[in-house]
Amino acid sequence: MREGLCIFAAAKPVEPMRTDLYQGHDYYLMDELLTDEQKLVRDTARAWVKKEVSPIIEDAAEQAKFPVHLLKGLAEIGAFGPYIPAEYGGAGLDQISYGLIMQELERCDSGLRSTASVQSSLVMYPIYKYGNEEQRRKYLPKLASGEWMGCFGLTEPDYGSNPGGMITNFRDMGDHYLLNGAKMWISNAPFAQVAVVWAKNEEGRIHGLIVERGMEGFSTPTMHGKWSLRASDTGELIFDHVKVPKENLLPGKSGLGAPLGCLDSARYGISWGAIGVALDCYDVALRYSKERIQFGKPIGAFQLQQKKLAEMITEITKAQLLTYRLGQLRNEGRATTAQISMAKRNNIAMAKQIVSDARQILGGMGITNEYPVMRHMMNLESVITYEGTHDIHLLITGMDVTGFDAFK
Amino acid sequence: MKILVCVSKAPDTTSRIAFNADQTAFDENGVQFIVNPYDEWYGLVRALELKETLGGTVTTISVGGADYEPVIRKALAIGADDAVRVDAPESDALYVASQIAAYARGKGFDIILCGKETISFNGSVVPGMVAELLDLPYVPLATKLDIDGQSAVLEREVSGGVEVIEAKLPVVISAAKGMAEQRIPNMRGIMAARTKPLETVAAADASVTTAIKAYSMPPAKGACRYIEPEQAGDLIRILHEEAKVI
Repeated sequence: MREGLCIFAAAKPVEPMRTDLYQGHDYYLMDELLTDEQKLVRDTARAWVKKEVSPIIEDAAEQAKFPVHLLKGLAEIGAFGPYIPAEYGGAGLDQISYGLIMQELERCDSGLRSTASVQSSLVMYPIYKYGNEEQRRKYLPKLASGEWMGCFGLTEPDYGSNPGGMITNFRDMGDHYLLNGAKMWISNAPFAQVAVVWAKNEEGRIHGLIVERGMEGFSTPTMHGKWSLRASDTGELIFDHVKVPKENLLPGKSGLGAPLGCLDSARYGISWGAIGVALDCYDVALRYSKERIQFGKPIGAFQLQQKKLAEMITEITKAQLLTYRLGQLRNEGRATTAQISMAKRNNIAMAKQIVSDARQILGGMGITNEYPVMRHMMNLESVITYEGTHDIHLLITGMDVTGFDAFK
Repeated sequence: MKILVCVSKAPDTTSRIAFNADQTAFDENGVQFIVNPYDEWYGLVRALELKETLGGTVTTISVGGADYEPVIRKALAIGADDAVRVDAPESDALYVASQIAAYARGKGFDIILCGKETISFNGSVVPGMVAELLDLPYVPLATKLDIDGQSAVLEREVSGGVEVIEAKLPVVISAAKGMAEQRIPNMRGIMAARTKPLETVAAADASVTTAIKAYSMPPAKGACRYIEPEQAGDLIRILHEEAKVI
């Protein structure tokens, strides 16, 4: 045909998006700051997600079914404890590699990333950081390989933003601890073999205990009816006079700072994950805006759509720079809790705005499962609340800069 | 089984293609390079499968500068045992083939596997030249490769069917789609790739006989027109009078 003239005898200009056409966006050439290994880690995660997860994620979310068969693959791409040293079964990668894996997983689905975040930062991290050598050797290799899955019990029905008020407690019974209480909103709980549980001792001091499935009085009922993170399993942890062996207490650290240290690691990963969501929605919206014709030209040629797209890539680029720098600080062991709060809060708010704008660019198609946008939108409603709410993170920054505690 | 897999780099398929100001060179600025998919997905993966069932080693060879390292490390992460980089510019096909042949000569490789072409130059001639230089049999465009004793049994797609070929080892093969499936490296592979041997060897004497004088982009695509199904009758007139293709 001459001059590329193409003629279709059909009136449907835009193909559905079931095929994952995602490509990364790197407006400020951030890739030049990454090492070859970091890029290989990211590209590997991206390739695995496209091959194994993208084809099934919409159905998994719709049916509210966690795709358990993905656990082995998640372990193989290093999503479980990427920064845990190789001698304990981890990949021994740096914090930026960890962030990039979280970005690629959440680019597909926040629930997928949540599963990996919990395993890495909330289960493997405390065992590695606060556990003794025996505990590390017993649990970490199996958690890294995905043979065992873990969950993290901090939040309780009446204690969310105020975890220090927790009721769950344990008593020293001489040859064991007796654990009582309940935890809620626990990712991975329904299928986890191991739970890292935070509970108060007789003096009211918070300690971490490793509770294993099968211990008498320990149950993990599934929570149903979520409109968010539907492709991830959430449950409760119920402890009814559970006898926990004394060697299951994490000896390295106690007090609220211990679980909060885990949350620093998880929140850091979430700040990367939010960039993944934003990139996916921007990618979809940009492509759609070039293909969807209205008034005789692509909608991307109209100023109001360009405003949305230009602001999206601007905000993504700002978040990429912020988060990369945070990764450098994490690598050097210098990132503060407050710096992590800022990134988590900023990036999720950024992603929420982008998801919303992308939904508008997609018009009516944006509400369907032909595109990932509504799923991302619903997922972010959890992500903005868990691991420290949007408001709590603001107060952390507020306290950091003023020195005044405005939490209570 | 001792297998040599030729590994080229190629621009990522989503790269924006541009040339320098005088249109004499590809502008690599901002371009992400990947392992040439025909080398990776088919040649390398099938070599690894054969190694896994029959034992042996898989070595990769690349001809190029130090910027080849990320691509070579990926091949090692996927599972190659070691790698060789001939430190020479990727000049024309005969020069590249000469470097590969010079390295492979006398080293006892049972199979030299190449992708059927690079997705950047699309020449499809390097493997044939390697075979000629080494005086080995050559089977191009193979979609299936098995080993039967001291022979390779290969399939090729031919017009209307499939051709089955037997070739005595050692043999040079170019791999086409179908020979294997993409293998995504795992974390253990990525970690192991850090320490696998990557030998750099100096270029052998060989002459460059051709050079690319200029590049140009294909003409820009015109706008698409959509014909409503009920106006299909107009299609013939448009194809005849406007597109002038019938």
